[in-house]
Amino acid sequence: MRLLTHNFLASNVKGVSTGYPLALEVAKTSIKEVELNVDFLRGILPKIDWRALFAATSAAGFPELLAAEQPPEAELFAEGAAAVEGSAIRRLHHALLEIHVEEGTLVCPDSGRSFPILKGVPNMLLHEDEVRH
Amino acid sequence: MSAGDGAAVSAVEGKLAELSASCDLRTLPKRGKSASARTLNTAQIQLVAGHPEVYEPCDDSFALVDALLSDKAQLLTLQPSLCMEVGCGSGYVITSLAIMLRQLGSGTQYLATDINQHAVETTQATLEAHGVHADVIATDIVSGLEKRLAGMVDVVVVNPPYVPTPEEEIGMKGIASSWAGGLNGRQVIDRILPAVRELLSEKGCLYMIALEDNDPLGICHLMNEKGFASRVLLKRCTDEESLYVLKFWQDAAAGANASQSGRSPRAESWLSQLPFKSFWHKNAGSS
Ligand SMILES: C[S@@+](CC[C@H](N)C(=O)[O-])C[C@H]1O[C@@H](n2cnc3c(N)ncnc32)[C@H](O)[C@@H]1O
Repeated sequence: MRLLTHNFLASNVKGVSTGYPLALEVAKTSIKEVELNVDFLRGILPKIDWRALFAATSAAGFPELLAAEQPPEAELFAEGAAAVEGSAIRRLHHALLEIHVEEGTLVCPDSGRSFPILKGVPNMLLHEDEVRH
Repeated sequence: MSAGDGAAVSAVEGKLAELSASCDLRTLPKRGKSASARTLNTAQIQLVAGHPEVYEPCDDSFALVDALLSDKAQLLTLQPSLCMEVGCGSGYVITSLAIMLRQLGSGTQYLATDINQHAVETTQATLEAHGVHADVIATDIVSGLEKRLAGMVDVVVVNPPYVPTPEEEIGMKGIASSWAGGLNGRQVIDRILPAVRELLSEKGCLYMIALEDNDPLGICHLMNEKGFASRVLLKRCTDEESLYVLKFWQDAAAGANASQSGRSPRAESWLSQLPFKSFWHKNAGSS
């Protein structure tokens, strides 16, 4: 699971109102490079919860990767920024799409229920008595 | 993209179509020498990590991929940012989709869910073996994603458990959950549809398999009431079943028509506009 998906995932346990963001505990990550696509990042950014992403990058072992606050769009999407090593957009791309959490745990901030991540797959399956009806 | 890539992509498509047309897993080329020589180094969808409790690609899986291939031009024009499969099983469909749309590069990201833990692992392995990526989640339908992903998914593909069974068979662990559809085979489908409607973006579309017994026309009606237009992309009769691949997309006119309600002349005129009918007749008894 990449941090892009973590940013969209919430706890689904019965009785929990927000269940977001899920705290991330990471035992193992891997990095897989993919080509940077400015249009994708521009489209997805308004939907990204930056604080959750920042916390997730830190939890995954990259505390310096992102700024704690979202940089202005003018900086992120400045002409040519994607070609510049270490630019804000390259960092954002790396955070969202290149860091894979292979082993770890997601923890519901409200209930403390934990969801294991095994072989890169988070398990959000609930027991019968945890399901909302 | 280079011309070489283009050739590779269409070779993959040829392969996909061929596999799909063959409709028989046993004819799938294994990882033997002859197969790799024939297809050079292009990917082919094969089971890399089968598991007795994971649904093997079958006529329905092939029909869905064929329908996606037939709609490839529209999919490319749509330029989906997020594509998702609900009930990914072996990963055959999501892997095929990712290969089919490879030219969109990292502008298109993929998600896949399944309620069966063996299935999500198999999907992961299938994706990896073909050099594509989707984030795979073990969950019930889209549980956990419904809030934050609402209105964001551009393409959803579903080959649901659609076989009419006694209600008790729903929610059983293991392989039964891959086909058990309860009353009229609609019980899981009828939970998937509202969940998917929430996730679809304005330009988003859903591709879903349904069986004659599921009342595909009724499903189209129901979706129409919620503001979705529909089309039958493909109908295929096998020895055991008549399969449909339905496509749904948001359409203001569909909702407006539906609000005229029920069996009014308006609804009838909507029905006759639907390619469904002509398609139905044209293909009745064929293939
Ligand atoms: C007919 S199989 C299709 C598998 C694969 N997509 C294909 O086309 O070959 C249906 C799949 O849906 C999964 N499934 C059943 N109920 C589900 C649910 N409530 N949520 C998520 N997946 C479910 C099953 O585990 C199975 O893998």
